[in-house]
Amino acid sequence: MYWQKLFETLPLESMKQLQFEKLCAVLKHSYEHIEYYNRCFKEIGIEPSDLHSLEDLGRFPFTTKDNLRDNYPYGMLAAPLKDIVRIHSSTGTTGKPTVVCYTGGDLNVWSDLVARIMCMGGASNADIVQVAFTYGLFTGGFGLHAGAEKIGASVIPASSGNTARQLMIMKDFRTTLLICTPSYALHIAESMDKEGITKDDICLKYGLFGSEPWGEKQREDIEKRLGLIATDNYGLSEMMGPGISGECLCKSGMHLNEDHFYPEIIDPDTLKVLPEGSLGELVLTSLTREAMPLIRYRTRDITRLYREKCDCGRTLIKMDKPTGRSDDMFIVNGVNVFPSQIEDALKFFEDTTPHFLVYLRKKGALDEVEIAIEVSDNLFFDKMKKQKELLDNIAAKFTSMLQFKPKVKLVEPRTLQRFEGKARRVIDERGKNA
Amino acid sequence: MKIRQISVFIENKSGRLYEVIRLLGGNNINVRAMSLADTTDFGIARFIVNEPDEAYRLLKDNDFTAGMNDVVAISVPDKPGGLAGILHVLQQKNINIEYMYAFVNQSGDNAIMIFRFDDTDLALSALKGARFDIINEKSLFNI
Repeated sequence: MYWQKLFETLPLESMKQLQFEKLCAVLKHSYEHIEYYNRCFKEIGIEPSDLHSLEDLGRFPFTTKDNLRDNYPYGMLAAPLKDIVRIHSSTGTTGKPTVVCYTGGDLNVWSDLVARIMCMGGASNADIVQVAFTYGLFTGGFGLHAGAEKIGASVIPASSGNTARQLMIMKDFRTTLLICTPSYALHIAESMDKEGITKDDICLKYGLFGSEPWGEKQREDIEKRLGLIATDNYGLSEMMGPGISGECLCKSGMHLNEDHFYPEIIDPDTLKVLPEGSLGELVLTSLTREAMPLIRYRTRDITRLYREKCDCGRTLIKMDKPTGRSDDMFIVNGVNVFPSQIEDALKFFEDTTPHFLVYLRKKGALDEVEIAIEVSDNLFFDKMKKQKELLDNIAAKFTSMLQFKPKVKLVEPRTLQRFEGKARRVIDERGKNA
Repeated sequence: MKIRQISVFIENKSGRLYEVIRLLGGNNINVRAMSLADTTDFGIARFIVNEPDEAYRLLKDNDFTAGMNDVVAISVPDKPGGLAGILHVLQQKNINIEYMYAFVNQSGDNAIMIFRFDDTDLALSALKGARFDIINEKSLFNI
């Protein structure tokens, strides 16, 4: 089932024409309404009217997360605050989060795009949709919720956590479509095993799982144990949230909503645009956002874009599951984390950041984080009570700054591995078999 | 009247305590008393040594996290109720003991206890007032 068939099956030439026209408009709009872009364009001596073809976009400057942070909170707005009807935010690389604003029109487009990817993944108005994403500043919960509602499905805003209640709802309300992270889906499967609930006791048919990387083995596992068809989808808060791209039931790459987001792949080192099919960093330009248009936003996700005929009939360009990052961000149970946030948290206890390493491991289906910190004079006490108090305080600081509770471990000085060149802070021991 | 104590952070890995002791012993530092507070992940070892400054420097030079702080050593009559007398005074003055341990004493009728207080000066004046036998650093190693 299509949601907006005309656009989802647009012939390539028409799509390019449409993208070009929208691109001209968004460059002009940003130049005229966002001081930051006005200054950036002028600095390199370029004007919106210099765009004569889609390829010319490569001459325009990139936007990075740091740029968003520097313009915190409202510096990137192209619309007056009175027209803003929703404000979300996402993890900042350090300190301040980045702010994402929507006009009424933006919310309308957003829910349409989420409706598209939900229909790709099998959803229809007959479905009972359980959204087990956090409802809050994170865009996942509200984003999927609005899309499901737009389709006309029956939406249960279960939000995240409390697996026993999720299971009860799933059984009693006869949920047919589950939305959560893939690791949480597996966690639900494990809880079902413990409770003696089988996939025949529940009515799930489809699952849309996103906001963290997962592999084919994990997909097979989830599908078998929950008795559903599982698809992946992709989005990022800075660009709107979920609804950027999603898999159809053919499960061969994610269709990117390129009539709203113009994609490029660049080499993250040279910053040159790479030809279609190359592996590199995904760069997106929003084509229709009113509140916060972003020009050539560097997603930091490493992936590939390619065109191939899809059995579902959609002509939208496809992207692979991201295979990594061009920065040091990592994802814990769907939450984005930058090592610099951990440094920031540690600054409350030490003037100079102690050497630390983050270990990511699996505990059952869920991620577990251990932060090992080399103990220094300021972090060491001869009294056990004070020593334990300090550990508790560090853990509490992390919990409030990172939105999850890591295990904190003190180790002896100079015992953690050192990496040459750029400090590597994260050792990922998860997903070796995913 | 205070005695300097060395404390060392020790990870819960086999052989780590041995390395600390070997380092001190290998450099002619005599450990007269020690205690170990441990958790599943790490321990805090505390030592009374004959050369606290030298021991502290050695540990630091060998990348251990070490601290130096003041404790109080008291000679306690080695008979029933000996320790109780000290604790009674501290309790009456509302002085908290952070931790305490015993000193190796080859001979004599007295045991020597090491006390770590929150407020060392307050504890010292209370104990002096009650005429307990407080031992200073010099004489500690001549026992």
